Amino acid sequence: MTPSLTLVPRLTLAALVLPVGAGLWGVIAPLLGLVQITGADPTEAIDALLAWPGLGPSALLSVTTGVSATLLALSLVVLILSQLHGRPALAWLRRLLSPLLSVPHAAAAFGLAFLIAPSGWVTRVFSPWSTGWDQPPDLLILNDPWGLTLTLGLAIKEAPFLLLMSLAALGQTRADQSILIARALGHSASGAWLKTVFPAIYAQIRLPVYVVLAYSMTAVDVALILGPTRPSTLSVQILRWMSDPDLAYRLQGAAGALVQLALVVGVMALWRAAEQAVATLGKAWITGGSRSSGLDRLRPLARVLGGLSSLGVLLGLAGLVIWSFAGQWRYPDVLPDQMTLRSWQRFAPQLTDPLMETALIALASTGIALILCIGSLEAETRHNLRPTGRAMALLYLPLLIPQIAFLPGLQVLLLQSGLTSGRWVVVLSHLVFVLPYVFLSLSDPWRAWDRRYGTVASALGSSPDGVLFRVRLPMLLAPLLTAAAIGCAVSVGQYLPTLLAGGGRVATITTEAVALSSGGNRRAIGVYAVAQTLAALIPFAIALGLPRLVHRNRRALIPETR
Amino acid sequence: MTTGLTLKSLRITRGETELLAIDTDVPSGAVLSVMGPSGAGKSTLLAALTGTLAPAFHLQGRVILNGRDITNLPTEARRVGILFQDDLLFPHLSVGQNMAFGLTKGGTRAERRAKIETALTDVGLEGFFERDPATLSGGQKARVALMRMLLSAPEALLLDEAFGGLDPALREHIRALVFTRARTLNLPVVMVTHDPADAEAADGPILKIG
Repeated sequence: MTPSLTLVPRLTLAALVLPVGAGLWGVIAPLLGLVQITGADPTEAIDALLAWPGLGPSALLSVTTGVSATLLALSLVVLILSQLHGRPALAWLRRLLSPLLSVPHAAAAFGLAFLIAPSGWVTRVFSPWSTGWDQPPDLLILNDPWGLTLTLGLAIKEAPFLLLMSLAALGQTRADQSILIARALGHSASGAWLKTVFPAIYAQIRLPVYVVLAYSMTAVDVALILGPTRPSTLSVQILRWMSDPDLAYRLQGAAGALVQLALVVGVMALWRAAEQAVATLGKAWITGGSRSSGLDRLRPLARVLGGLSSLGVLLGLAGLVIWSFAGQWRYPDVLPDQMTLRSWQRFAPQLTDPLMETALIALASTGIALILCIGSLEAETRHNLRPTGRAMALLYLPLLIPQIAFLPGLQVLLLQSGLTSGRWVVVLSHLVFVLPYVFLSLSDPWRAWDRRYGTVASALGSSPDGVLFRVRLPMLLAPLLTAAAIGCAVSVGQYLPTLLAGGGRVATITTEAVALSSGGNRRAIGVYAVAQTLAALIPFAIALGLPRLVHRNRRALIPETR
Repeated sequence: MTTGLTLKSLRITRGETELLAIDTDVPSGAVLSVMGPSGAGKSTLLAALTGTLAPAFHLQGRVILNGRDITNLPTEARRVGILFQDDLLFPHLSVGQNMAFGLTKGGTRAERRAKIETALTDVGLEGFFERDPATLSGGQKARVALMRMLLSAPEALLLDEAFGGLDPALREHIRALVFTRARTLNLPVVMVTHDPADAEAADGPILKIG
């Protein structure tokens, strides 16, 4: 027995909570004058923020885009699940949407941009025969001032996440029986789902919904690519202040971060109140006796919207691939005149370093996360600990507190204490976001493992470490690799932590790709976004393939193939 | 020195409630059958004997095996073998590797391999060393699980509904095999079961609990 093992769960929580806490402290303390930043005066910074004319509009944009994106994504998921429950179309959508979950946000946003821009695929397909356009139309679709494209981009990227979380929650309810009983009482299929299944599902996906809300209100990379510019959303403006060479702006950025945090907390509180209102209305609807017989007519809509939202990402990715190989490509041709390797050859030399950096950071943060998670779960096994509800809520903390609210504080603290930001600070900042996903992915299969295997191994003379390394970990190879792949995908996709914790000096494929967004070189964007997507997807290919190779003669351990 | 398994004033409680109290000897080569309805604490008794009792339970008394007090020893130091209803062969190891996991330390690679091959032949499974356990029949798995356990040279044997998952014809055969082996090796056996036929075949004292 290793007594130090009991420390691992605490270490894990510390890795989650300390950076968030320190970051928030770094935002608040300088504004209260508790920490001095050379060349910056807190009162002036707050005055400057309040005097900035864009504050109101950019705050409003954060709220409108974030709330509408969350509402859209949630409505789409509810529509799909209620209309298509138990139908082949749902299985189809699930297979289509699952891989999209790991596509980095920036790549998905670029793909969508290439699809719906005035010169994008959609107008090319309809031009000139139906629109009459020989030139790209002069329409402000990308970066529109209302943030509609940003909202759309966020919604189609977050819908797969909510759908998969809901499907996981569905597995824990007796949905089929409930629906059968409700239908026997005369309710329509989708009405039965909404009335008997949805309340239980929503209770389970509430935290993920809040994660989507907090993310959508504050996402920086997607907003840089698709969002409005004058003013931009508040989070983008905060990043601009934080990156300004004039240190006085750091404090203004910190003040902005505080406003952003207040906005998110306020909107979450309003969302909570709205939940109550919907619940009250819903109860009246459920007990009102209506059989909702017309509701099933929405089924084609669910198919179309579900298909369109996955196509939005898939065709977007296809567009990125084609642009990366495109030679001459005139408007309104649907495809380029010729395909060439020129762009790849041109950008390959400058891709190598960011890709190495990305891999290094992803492997390091995922490796640490795996060790912490395995240690915590093993401590749980050996010492019969159960994580408290509070500890599980802390797991969600870094996902609920917007990155833009606490990462500036970390940068301020690093700056103030004279510590060099750099690769290892970036690894630790990625760890904050990698850990929750690795833990959530690994804990269920870990706990589902039949503990009698451990008893048998012990009775055969194996020590607790022997049981762990010779029996439990090998048996859990597939879920371990899946958790690692998810961790890598999360790390690869991180933009803001890399930028702020790295002090702008750590260049990953993601920071390089997003930096291209203002330039408008489609071939460069294509190459970088495809490279970014591959960096996130290759670990999944390994996670899928390796168990089949290692356990090729062990039928019981090959994950089910469909 | 006394041989066999002694359960000395054994008492398992959960909070204020007493689950079971036992004071008995299981001599070497004898089988104690423990019967009772589900929830009576049969599996809890075996957990106490393997040292895997959940912390909610409290154990008083001593467990003596061949003169050794094993009450507070960790599972791996007790030398108590256990067979469950499921074979619980490690799915990531071949049949032979499963047996090697059980086989006591020592010997060269070739000697170890020879011992395992002999054990396999003993139960009619010659040539099964490289097989994937998932491809074995229920009876074959049960035999591998038994031999894996015996190769670890246990000093006592626990059976937790060990024959419950087998169909009747096979059940009789495996049961006879296990009892014969235990008797040959002079092991004390504690068998938890709800099937009177098991207890009858054991031909030993029956303890009814619950």
